[in-house]
Amino acid sequence: MSAPIIQIRNVVKRFAGGTTAVDNVSFDIGQNEFFALLGPSGCGKTTLLRMIAGLETPSEGEIIIDGVDMAFTPPNQRPVNMVFQSYAVFPHMSVLQNVEYGLMVTGTPKDETRKRAKEALDMVQLGHLGERRPDQLSGGQRQRVALARALVKRPKVLLLDEPLSALDAKLREAMQLELARLQKTVGITFIIVTHDQDEALSMADRIAVMNAGRVSQIAAPIALYEAPASRFVADFIGKVNLIDATVTGVKGNEVACKAKGLGEILIPSNQPAKGQVTLAVRPEKLTLGTAAPKKAGLVKLSGTVRDVSYYGDTSHVIVTAAGIELAVNVQNDARRSSIITRGQNVWVSWAPDDTLILTE
Amino acid sequence: MTAEARPAPGLRRFWPAALPQGPLDYGRRLWMRVLLASVFLFLYAPIAVLIAFSFNDSKRNIVWQGFTLKYYAVAWNNADLFDAMTNSLIIAAVSTLFATVIGAMVGLQLWRFRFPFKGAYEGFMALPIVIPEITLGVSLMAFFFKLGWMTTDLGWPFNLFPIIIAHIAFCFPFVAIVVRSRMVGFNMQLEEASKDLGASQWQTFRHVLLPYMKPGLIAGALLAFTLSLDDFVITYFTSGPGSVTFPVKVFSMVRRGVTPDINAASTVLIVITVVATVLAMKMQAPDKTGKGQ
Repeated sequence: MSAPIIQIRNVVKRFAGGTTAVDNVSFDIGQNEFFALLGPSGCGKTTLLRMIAGLETPSEGEIIIDGVDMAFTPPNQRPVNMVFQSYAVFPHMSVLQNVEYGLMVTGTPKDETRKRAKEALDMVQLGHLGERRPDQLSGGQRQRVALARALVKRPKVLLLDEPLSALDAKLREAMQLELARLQKTVGITFIIVTHDQDEALSMADRIAVMNAGRVSQIAAPIALYEAPASRFVADFIGKVNLIDATVTGVKGNEVACKAKGLGEILIPSNQPAKGQVTLAVRPEKLTLGTAAPKKAGLVKLSGTVRDVSYYGDTSHVIVTAAGIELAVNVQNDARRSSIITRGQNVWVSWAPDDTLILTE
Repeated sequence: MTAEARPAPGLRRFWPAALPQGPLDYGRRLWMRVLLASVFLFLYAPIAVLIAFSFNDSKRNIVWQGFTLKYYAVAWNNADLFDAMTNSLIIAAVSTLFATVIGAMVGLQLWRFRFPFKGAYEGFMALPIVIPEITLGVSLMAFFFKLGWMTTDLGWPFNLFPIIIAHIAFCFPFVAIVVRSRMVGFNMQLEEASKDLGASQWQTFRHVLLPYMKPGLIAGALLAFTLSLDDFVITYFTSGPGSVTFPVKVFSMVRRGVTPDINAASTVLIVITVVATVLAMKMQAPDKTGKGQ
C-alpha cells in the first residue's frame, strides 16, 4: 500500500439512545486506492463514510486526512467530496449550474469555473446536456452529474455512498466498469460504501468487511474470497459450505480434522488450529459426478440431489450427503451436458487444498 | 369488459355517458350532482348577485334597471372609501412582509429543530389561528389602550401601527404552517451536498434552502395578504377614527343602506382576494419537479 491519505484511529461513534454505530475502528487508506466499505445494512459503514466527509463527528478517535486530524473539521473545509445515495442533485439548477456550484461558493473566477465544469461534464460524457434540468435526466445521468459535481472540486478523496443501488442491473454493471476506469484516470482515492459484494469485489483494490460496527477483515478481493478470516466474512462474501469439525491432530503442514459424515480428512494449512473449527469450501470448488471419482486424495461423498436451480451458465445444486447439505455450482459448459435432476444419486468431491479451516 | 365492448376513444371523449358507470364515478350520479349544485348555489349565489348588482343602474339597488359602470366611478370618487382602501392596502402590504419573515422563521424552526417542549411551543404558535378573533381583538385593544395608542392621535400613517401589529400577530402562523409543510418534502442530502461542496451555512440557505422554500413563501405571503385585506373583527377593535380600513368602512356604510358603489368596491376586493388565493393555491401545489433524486 502507498502512503496513507486517510488514517482512521480508534474511531467510535455512539448515537443518542445508546447505539454504537462504529465501535473502535482503525485502518489506513492509501493514496490512489479504490477502497470499499462492505457490510450488511446497519454495520456502520455509512456512518464511517459520513464521518470521513464531516457530516457526522466521531464520539472518540481521530480521522487524519492527508496528515491532518480533521475529526471535527466541518465538511466544507475538508479536501474530500461525496456522491450521495440519492445523488442530491440540486433540482432548481441546470446540470452545468450543479457542477459549477462547488466552485462558485468558494469564489473561483467565473471563466475558470465554467471551463472546469465543462471538462468535468465531458469526463462523465454529459457535455451535451449542460442546459438540462435534473428532472429531465435519467437516474444514471443524474448520478453522473453528482460525480462530475464532486470531481470538479479536485478532491483528494472521493466518497461514494451506495452509488449504484438505485440503478438497474445492466446499468449498474456498466457503471462499475466506468467508475473503476474513472478512478484510474483521475488518480485519486475512491472510497465506496456498498452492501453488494459483487460491486466491491469487481471494483475495489481493497475491501474492508464490516459487521456490527467493527471491521472484520481488510484484504484484496481475491484474498477476501479465497482466504476469509472468519465465518462471518466467508458467509458474507459469496456462497460457502460451512461444516462443523474437530481438529484431531497436526501432521507437519497438514491438519487432521474429523467431521460428521466426512470421516477424517487432512487439510494443508499453516495455521495452528485445535478444538472446534469450521471447514469452509466454496460451491464452485466442488465437483459433481454420477460415479465415484477415481482420483486419489480427494474428499468424496455419496449423496442425493435435493434441489436444482438453473441459471443458464451455471446450475446451483443442493446435495444431501451423509447428513449434511452441500451447495455445488455446476458449469453448464457443454450444450448437451448431462442433466442433473432431483432425487438423482451423485458423488460430490473436492480437493482438500480447497478447504479452509476457520477458527472464529 | 372485453375490448370490443368499449366505445371508440372519440365517442368516449364527447359523450362520457357512453361508458357504464364505474364504482368510483360519483361525479356521474344524479343525487351527487344535485347536491353539488345546491352547495355551489348556496355559497356563491349571494356573491354573484353582489357582483351583478354592482353594474345595476339604480340608486336603491333592489330591481335590475340596466347596465352601467358609473358606480365604480362613484366608489372611486368617494374620498373616505378611497382612503379606507389605501389604508387596507398599506396595512396588508406591511403586515404581509413581517408576517412572512416571522412565519418563515417559525416554520423553519419547527421543521428543522428538536427542542424541549416543542409540542407546547407549536401549539402556542398556532394559538392566533385557534382562538376566536373577537378574543384577539378585545385583548389587543386592551393592550393598545394601556399603551395609550388608542387615546392619543398618532397621526397618519402611525395610527395604522396597532392594526399592522394585530394583523402580523394573526397572519404569521398561517405562513409558518405553509412553509413548514413545504419543507417536509425537502431532501436533507441536498443540504449536506451543498456543505460538502464547500458552501457555508449561509450560502447553503441562500442557494439551496431558499429556492426550495420559495413557493411556500409566496403562497404564505399571499395567504397573509388576503387574510389581512379582508379582516374585519380584529381590525374593528384596533382601529381609531383616523385609521379606518376598507371592510370597516363598508360596514359603517352598509348600516345606511346598501348602495351600488359598495357593491362596486366589494367586487374590486373580491377580485383582488380571488386572484391572490388562486396564486397561493397554485404555489402550494405539490412539487412535480422531483426532489433531487
